[in-house]
Amino acid sequence: MTTLLKVENLRTYFKTERGLVKAVNDVSYDIKEGEIIGLVGESGCGKSVSQLSIMQLIPKPGEIVSGSVIFEGQDLLKYSANGPEMRAVRGAKISMIFQEPMTSLNPALKISTQMIEILELHLKMDRNEARERSMEQLKLIGIPDLERRFDDYPHQFSGGMRQRVMVAMAMLCKPKLIIADEATTALDATIQAQMLELMNELVVKNKTAMTMVTHNLGVVARYARRVNIMYAGMIVESGTVKEIWDNPRHPYTIALLNCVPKLGKKLVPIYGAPPSLINNPSTCPFLPRCRFQTDVCRNEPAPKLRHLQGEHYVACHMVS
Amino acid sequence: MNQSQNNVVLEVKNLKMYFPVTKGLLRKKVAEVKAVDGISFEVKKGETLGLVGESGCGKTTVGRCSQRLYKPTDGQIILNGEDITYMEEDKIRPLRRKMALIFQDPYSSLNPRMNAGSIVGEPLVIHRLTKTKKEYNERVKELFMMVGLNPGMADRFPHEFSGGQRQRLSIARALAGDPSLIILDEPISALDVSIQAQILTLLQELQCKNPELTYMFISHDLLTVQYISTRVVVMYLGRIMEVANSRELYDNTLHPYSKALLSAVPIPDPHIEETRERIILKGEVPSPLNPPSGCPFHPRCPIATEECSQIVPPLRDVGGSHQVACIKV
Repeated sequence: MTTLLKVENLRTYFKTERGLVKAVNDVSYDIKEGEIIGLVGESGCGKSVSQLSIMQLIPKPGEIVSGSVIFEGQDLLKYSANGPEMRAVRGAKISMIFQEPMTSLNPALKISTQMIEILELHLKMDRNEARERSMEQLKLIGIPDLERRFDDYPHQFSGGMRQRVMVAMAMLCKPKLIIADEATTALDATIQAQMLELMNELVVKNKTAMTMVTHNLGVVARYARRVNIMYAGMIVESGTVKEIWDNPRHPYTIALLNCVPKLGKKLVPIYGAPPSLINNPSTCPFLPRCRFQTDVCRNEPAPKLRHLQGEHYVACHMVS
Repeated sequence: MNQSQNNVVLEVKNLKMYFPVTKGLLRKKVAEVKAVDGISFEVKKGETLGLVGESGCGKTTVGRCSQRLYKPTDGQIILNGEDITYMEEDKIRPLRRKMALIFQDPYSSLNPRMNAGSIVGEPLVIHRLTKTKKEYNERVKELFMMVGLNPGMADRFPHEFSGGQRQRLSIARALAGDPSLIILDEPISALDVSIQAQILTLLQELQCKNPELTYMFISHDLLTVQYISTRVVVMYLGRIMEVANSRELYDNTLHPYSKALLSAVPIPDPHIEETRERIILKGEVPSPLNPPSGCPFHPRCPIATEECSQIVPPLRDVGGSHQVACIKV
């Protein structure tokens, strides 16, 4: 499999009045064509910001400070954020699905208008062709009573249906990569299961790569091949799902896996709270909550990802 | 008989809660939302009863009816042997401290203008539980320690606390009235995974220290509910589908909805997931404004027959403390 996207040494900082927030702090990873990877972490760990950086959608006062995002051989960060090259990538070659469909869909425009617009813009289709193609996509995604619903407004759909529309829109231009940022988090359990199975099916069929950004380890365990664990703006462990579950090495990963309630097993919570990213020290970010810390951890700068075996990487001083 | 009655903290009998849908200037009633439609269960002393279901299934309404925050349309609510269904508001107030409520959103459930100490101490003042200022201070300090907060933080305001700490404050406030039942309505859904585990562990520790402490744990997350609960009630569209001990519900799931719900939850273990077949339900939860006839689950049920659309299945015992509402089982 060839590499589709390669992110290297990505740093995105926010200059706030209270100090410098290193939301994404030296993140490197790659995703191969047609591969599904998971990006797991708690809120504020920089998982969403890292994905928005790839799309160059970072709002002020945020700034991509350094790094490169190689997509199909081109460095996306070389393009200007609002330039035609970047716009040709967004929504066409890489598309995103967000958690809250109501804020991502335009409430004043019909679903049909919003979908046709994408096709007219990116694929230069004419209206009728675009209409047909959109209907096809919606049918695929399972919107019932399509003839009537196609010209409805977003508020006329239920939450689950809206998210279906978002998925259909994301797949309209047959992108190479879909970034699903907590795409099913707001949905009910049975609807979430429907959506995930459907997305998985479509992605596998079209050989689209997908990054699943989530805090739900279950979702990752079922659908992703590889997973990156993020903490305080850094990837602390990376590997195939099985490598991580069978042999977690980073103390944070170990603790995170122990945090999931299992029937008949005692929970082991991680004490303390995730660190504030404002002016954080240069030592390992997990240090204050880590049970295995030593003098090395307290004195040395934050460890970098090191290769263990297979596709397993870990950033910890104490792992030999 | 008397013995078993003493063991029951809360008994709900055939509870119905219908909300009117009004229209126009005269607010004429045009329809009813049957949020809870005839459910019965009891909560025993010292146990944790889990209430699980998807949004709109009426689980929160059950919690609020039990607190008598809503006046039920029909049915009976018996708290510690006392019927509170139609009790006057001023008689109910002193009883409320016996049934504390903890909400999902720790940001909107704490008064931003009160400091943490007075938030936790407010039930003590309202119900006149402490006599002297000194006793009050001691008790607040003790409550802070119980939930793992530093009593030195009592002067701080809610915005200075993190989500997990705020939920600890809510728990401390709930404990202040020395309740016999704490109703937890999605207490950890707004928190991060690692903080969720902290709160769950805290709830279990509190129960270990005080074996009489009883929880009603309302959540949409079946894994969490099963983990923390002694017994689990599965709800769908205002009705109970299945009641069973936590372990039993997992090992011997009977109702097709419970099966689908269990199967819908992704298990955080790639080896299990590799071979697991999932039941994917078709369609969405129908609106409680216009629920289906017969069994509310029949339009989505994989094993439904003609009969299911006509008969409302009663909740019946199937041995042990396992109850199920399905005619096909």
